Amino acid sequence: MDWLLDLTPDEWNAVRLSIKVALVAMVFSLPPGILIALLLARGRFWGKTLLNGVVHLPLILPPVVTGYLLLLTFGRRGPAGAFLAEHFGIVFSFRWTGAALACGVMGFPLMVRAIRLSIEAVDRKLEAAAGTLGANRLWVFATVTLPLILPGLIAGAILAFAKAMGEFGATITFVSNIPNETQTLPSAIYTFTQVPGGDEGALRLTLISIIISMAALVASEVLARRVGRRMDIE
Amino acid sequence: MTLAVDISHRLGDFVLEAKFDSAGRLTALFGPSGSGKSTLINLIAGLIRPDKGRITVDGRVLVDTQAGIFVPVHKRRIGMVFQDARLFPHMSVAANLRYGLWFTPPAERYANIDAVVDLLGIGQLLNRRPAKLSGGEKQRVAIGRALLASPKLLLMDEPLASLDEARKAEILPYIERLRDETKLPIVYVSHSVAEVARLASDVVVLAQGKVVAAGPTEAIMQRLDLLPAEERGEGGAVLDAKVLRHDEAFGMTVLGARAGEIRVSKLARAVGAPIRLRIRARDVMVATEKPTGLSALNILPGTIVSMKPGEGPEVEIGIDCDGAVVIARITEQSRQGLQLKLGSKVFAVIKTVSFDRANTGAGLPAEVGV
Repeated sequence: MDWLLDLTPDEWNAVRLSIKVALVAMVFSLPPGILIALLLARGRFWGKTLLNGVVHLPLILPPVVTGYLLLLTFGRRGPAGAFLAEHFGIVFSFRWTGAALACGVMGFPLMVRAIRLSIEAVDRKLEAAAGTLGANRLWVFATVTLPLILPGLIAGAILAFAKAMGEFGATITFVSNIPNETQTLPSAIYTFTQVPGGDEGALRLTLISIIISMAALVASEVLARRVGRRMDIE
Repeated sequence: MTLAVDISHRLGDFVLEAKFDSAGRLTALFGPSGSGKSTLINLIAGLIRPDKGRITVDGRVLVDTQAGIFVPVHKRRIGMVFQDARLFPHMSVAANLRYGLWFTPPAERYANIDAVVDLLGIGQLLNRRPAKLSGGEKQRVAIGRALLASPKLLLMDEPLASLDEARKAEILPYIERLRDETKLPIVYVSHSVAEVARLASDVVVLAQGKVVAAGPTEAIMQRLDLLPAEERGEGGAVLDAKVLRHDEAFGMTVLGARAGEIRVSKLARAVGAPIRLRIRARDVMVATEKPTGLSALNILPGTIVSMKPGEGPEVEIGIDCDGAVVIARITEQSRQGLQLKLGSKVFAVIKTVSFDRANTGAGLPAEVGV
């Protein structure tokens, strides 16, 4: 255990940064994830297939391509990047925020898929019943739909978190591998494997990343089971 | 309460064109499956937007396609009880019941949770989850939930259809209490003659998307031709009677109706209590002379006032027994054999009497052999 936790400050930073990036990516993808999942599950509009395709792109494209596309759009000179930096002071390129953006984008299709499936499983008759009791659409969503899709929401969020913890290709392409700023666990492991005598450090960080991912998985199982038991739908 | 409906709506090949007014305590929308009654009730609730038409409740316009008015479902204040209860699985029974309270302005809340819980006998269920309830319990909670939103009109879409006979018998008295003890007008969808005859004050009969008849329950139930083929045997005369006396020696009760005295197995009702009974057409035999050597006790003299062809080889004969018409269903062969025609003096031999609209809490058996 001592050996495992005896990390250098840089390694600790990589662990902390990874968790921070993954959490931020997960939290910020949730609202748009729910919205897009709702649109795909319930909406009937022109271009739905196209939207579905775009959402799934990060899953099919090589991560490097996704990272490069992010660099082109959200980089300093990219249209979106320049706009955000100028008007909101939000800078992505070569910052940890960029790592979170890359991780969020890469995990987005997984999250949307899980949420969409749970929305499609919701009995819409229950929503109609809530309507007859006086609830408008927003209230119906908040009091009936949202609680019913909670298990799917948790599953989607954990998937996105796990994906973010392991994201490498898009992150390193978009924001490079800067210690204490954009060097997440995978990048740090990669760096170790590139230098002589780095095996021990790589193994340590590998084990830590396994532990974090497993913990997230177990937490989601426990949470989902508790929610399920509350609803008696186990 | 007056409900006025005049709408037309198309669903695929099915066209619903319904026009009726009703001011009854409990109006039944009655018809076979596929006749459009569920579509109609969904239109009133606001769950479906009609292609064309107008619906008003007490003069308040809910839909008027010409004027471009469509009050959304959550603003209609119309309660709905669905066939499949539709309780929220993630909430306790108590939370389900209180759901509608949130959305009812305090000034418009008339339903009291204790009174509703008491009315429906669901006090011991409050902390349970819907998944742990029986079908009958779920339906009672669903009724309570609808009531607690303090609706101005309550719609019930075949609330008993998915329950077995025992569960139906468990719920029917509660619906009767609802009808008799609250002032809430009810529109009740059903395809069961027994339910309609027992519960309804008024009936709107639907067939293939059209209203074929509307009126008081007694009048509609006598018209066997309005009933769906598989339910036709359930139709017949609906008579109002009073308990005249109890015959302790034989364990019988004597009822007095306009048509004469009717003896039934002893009922737990006080002398003088009003009772509504239904004599099904299939339970009536016709004799040209007063029969002797027959086990049936109830034999009413009368005159044939109507004859209609019935199902297959059968004829439906209306017998006026001193002002009350009893319907008999016999075969054409018997009719010719007995040479029955309009004006013939006959005797109606009644095999079974059904009780409908037993007053609240009476706990009457639904049917008694006599």
